[in-house]
Amino acid sequence: MSRILVAMSGGVDSSVAAALLHEQGHEVVGVWMRLHDVADSYSEFKKSCCSLDAADDARRVAAQLDIPFYVMNLEREFDAGVLQPFLDAYMSGETPSPCVDCNTYVKFGALLGRARHMYECEAVATGHYARRDIGPDGRARLLRARDADKDQTYFLYGLRQDQLEHARFPLGELTKPEVRDVARGLDLATAEKPESQEICFVPGGDYRDALRDRAGWIPEPGPLLDSDGGLVGEHRGLPAYTVGQRQGLGVALGEPRYVSRMDPLTNTITLGRRQDLETTTIDLERTSFISGDAPRQRDPFEAAIRIRHRATPIAATIRPASADEPARGGRWIVETETPVWAVAPGQAAVLYDGEVVIGGGRIARPVSGAPPAVELVGSSG
Amino acid sequence: MPIYLDHAATTPLRRDVLDAMLPFLTESFGNPSSAHAYGRAARAALDGAHETVAGRVNAQSREVVFTSGGTEANNLALKGAAWAGKARGHRIVTSAVEHHAVGHTLRYLEKFGFEVVELPVDRYGRIDPDQLEAALNDKTILVSIMLANNEVGTIQPVEEIAARVRARKGIVLHVDAVQAAPYVDLDVELMGADLVSMSAHKFEGPKGVGVLYVRHGTHILAQQQGGTQERHRRAGTENVAGAVGFATAYDLACAERADLIGRLAAQRDRLAAAILALPGVELTGHPKDRLPGLLSIVARDTDGSAVAMSLDLEGIACSVGSACTSGSTEVSHVLTAMGYPEEEARGALRLSLGRTTTDDEMSVACDVVPRVVASMRMGSVAVAADPLNQGVPA
Repeated sequence: MSRILVAMSGGVDSSVAAALLHEQGHEVVGVWMRLHDVADSYSEFKKSCCSLDAADDARRVAAQLDIPFYVMNLEREFDAGVLQPFLDAYMSGETPSPCVDCNTYVKFGALLGRARHMYECEAVATGHYARRDIGPDGRARLLRARDADKDQTYFLYGLRQDQLEHARFPLGELTKPEVRDVARGLDLATAEKPESQEICFVPGGDYRDALRDRAGWIPEPGPLLDSDGGLVGEHRGLPAYTVGQRQGLGVALGEPRYVSRMDPLTNTITLGRRQDLETTTIDLERTSFISGDAPRQRDPFEAAIRIRHRATPIAATIRPASADEPARGGRWIVETETPVWAVAPGQAAVLYDGEVVIGGGRIARPVSGAPPAVELVGSSG
Repeated sequence: MPIYLDHAATTPLRRDVLDAMLPFLTESFGNPSSAHAYGRAARAALDGAHETVAGRVNAQSREVVFTSGGTEANNLALKGAAWAGKARGHRIVTSAVEHHAVGHTLRYLEKFGFEVVELPVDRYGRIDPDQLEAALNDKTILVSIMLANNEVGTIQPVEEIAARVRARKGIVLHVDAVQAAPYVDLDVELMGADLVSMSAHKFEGPKGVGVLYVRHGTHILAQQQGGTQERHRRAGTENVAGAVGFATAYDLACAERADLIGRLAAQRDRLAAAILALPGVELTGHPKDRLPGLLSIVARDTDGSAVAMSLDLEGIACSVGSACTSGSTEVSHVLTAMGYPEEEARGALRLSLGRTTTDDEMSVACDVVPRVVASMRMGSVAVAADPLNQGVPA
């Protein structure tokens, strides 16, 4: 049995992940990662030993399991790999997926690197709802969790083979209620702890506070255009909006309008009617494939695509944007069988072959200047 | 359980001390302020504890104030002397390497108008008595200097410091002797100090008990109100068991000090030889004027907290300096004040031996610690080359 480092967040999922591995006889080392300074908000001195509730919860569970437990500071790595890209994305009118970056660059990035190079660990385990196995070709595969509702593979699509080889997901075969049952059965301190819904470094849930505090964002108003190009109002600064947003636009144009496109170069937001935000074409950039190679020698292939966490995957055909797209970091074009709505540049898009995660990428801004509209009879133009 | 090499953080409770305390945790539970037989028995024990401690530091029984620990003793000394002296002046002089119990308390006092002057230190962490003297002015009411540093073990020239302070009138000298007490003879007359802080758990006494020596005639404002205990200097029903524990532990420590110092220094030198044999590892603090059992180093290209974590997994308990479980990235203010750049200070490690450390444990440590430091260095270099573990660039 090997030494496995479990990333313990202080929540019930990672608590049970640690418990299961421990029960299986692995040498489990629990680590709570300090990724940012949110816990310091209320302390008088930044480096005082203030009570970090999440770390305390993780520590209590580790004590119950009688496993070593440490707090590891990865603030610098988190800042480089997650926080700065998050801020940069919003400042350029995109909607980031920070949890994807955190898995790729921090949990199975910086943390896994240290676990293997410094602490002689075979793997890093997390409480993600996901499954990993070895496929027929001997390569590691990432599969959706048994609990389809909780499946978190959307956030894990960016893992490379070497990362996936050294990743463990003990909760993959369990449903959330079953996980809670395990926790209760072991009387773990976090058995009844409610789940956190917010981005971990944005306490209070409003990402604009993070933009103000961490990127010095000063809202810059700009034109709000309708889909015909006409000026219909003023927006309060690009980062405050997301594609598909309807609330807070301050326009009354009869039929509801939604944010359709955001252009940082002209500081313009273009609105559209509901149908204007539909498309069957999605451009992906910075793509990666779990197997390490592009599927089928870069021929078009079929897959199901998810453009949001927990959305039902939609059938699509995917082809490379050129003849020599690299296996990692390339551009692929997705044509969906049925229209998708409010495709937001910057967000992750993940490709599935049934249960198996093929890979994914970031949704790119549409290549052409025109909004990605489906041509409808009678649409404005 | 791992081999314990973190005696600077705390020490095991000595069996003799536990035995001395037990009656006061069981049948002899009286409140020393009570007039009846139970109270009198407790009072007698408490008086005995005062006398024992006083005897060992060359003070009077009434000059010993029991507190809840070293931190409270420091708080009482600093706040007590500052508020008592405010009418006369507002300047407090200290060093840049004090323990947080002193440093944070002084920062707190700054908010109320006190001026805190932090003297720089040399590369060993010692202040210059001339610089100290130059910092004393008509408004100075208090000087606070630690006798021995908890992170690097350096012993300050307290007698010289006291001479400079005494040369002027009206300045109270506080010496934080928390880390020094087990190993340095504390004669308050020789030291020339007005206030001295001590903590029982540093010399195999119980946690939660400390002493502030208050020279008769030194005026301090009590910080805890609610009773007349400890001659109006520290209200609250006395922790008789704790006081007895403190006194018993300190008495034993003083009696055995001479032998202990020699043995600890030899063990430490043995471990130092093994670790300093590695390239890029340097002793921090003064090479001679330092606590006998404290081995503090910086190891190039390592992260001290990572090394300590790895050592814990290998069965050796030590620390990086001041323990902090919140995982902050800030490096030691002590090493920074001593002139170590941040990247070097990050490689700090502290191993501290004590009376209970055995030669067999030393043998294991001499084998394991250098090996782990070397392997952690290799690992740190690998991690530094690819901090986000992104593999070979495409």
